Amino acid sequence: MSEQSDRHKLAETTRSGPGRVLIAVYAVFALGATSRSVVQILMQFHRAPLAYVLSAFAAVVYIVATVCLGRASTTSRRIAVISCSVELVGVLAVGTASVLVPSAFPDATVWSVYGSGYFFIPVVLPILGLLWIRHTGRARASVEAGSVAGDGS
Amino acid sequence: MTTPLLATVLDIATVAGALWSFVLLLLKRPAGLLVLLGFLGLIELGLLVQAVLGLVALAGDHRPIESVTFVCYLIGSLLILPAAAWWARTEKSRWGVGVLLVACLVVPVMILRMNQVWAGSVV
Repeated sequence: MSEQSDRHKLAETTRSGPGRVLIAVYAVFALGATSRSVVQILMQFHRAPLAYVLSAFAAVVYIVATVCLGRASTTSRRIAVISCSVELVGVLAVGTASVLVPSAFPDATVWSVYGSGYFFIPVVLPILGLLWIRHTGRARASVEAGSVAGDGS
Repeated sequence: MTTPLLATVLDIATVAGALWSFVLLLLKRPAGLLVLLGFLGLIELGLLVQAVLGLVALAGDHRPIESVTFVCYLIGSLLILPAAAWWARTEKSRWGVGVLLVACLVVPVMILRMNQVWAGSVV
């Protein structure tokens, strides 16, 4: 039972304080990237297939990160770590590719030029997400260590 | 867009709301939150008027991709502030106004984008 309340507390900590703002920013990107890529794919997919598929992929990553950070159970925190990592690799890879081979991206994606069209938030967001998950995880680890030490004495 | 005056007023109001939220975020105890929420409610009304005027103006437009994107921005702009207020309401710390701050910055960006789409400079 105490483990359950402990988990509940971790979930609360993850989505409170700065975490709440972080999730809000993720939600904005999830909404923006999803609606943008749905419109692009449905209405003019032939124009820039690669860019639109990447946009759709980014949209899925943002949705997963938003939901998992918001739920913040042990499992969803793990999934959030994976999706934030994928997001970071994605924004760095697509950003570099869009600089080196601009002709492959006739239409911009969220991650083009490291998210320059979005105030570079796309490159900062996954880093903040990973730091926040690590920070809240550590806070709990130290509480756990404290309670174990307390039990021992 | 058809109502540049309303768009400008909404831009100024949301940036003012963002500054207001930022000040509350710096103060450790958020004071006067209800007044801020009332102000955001007025902005939401303005956005609603903008959405109605935008949809009316769109009636005679024949650019499919621009039209759909434009409608998405008009409707999306209505969701931001209520969603932020909902997400901030259970936050006990001062970071609740941080959520409102983000929302207040997102709205003028959406207004900018919808105007660009309307002008045809970007889709």
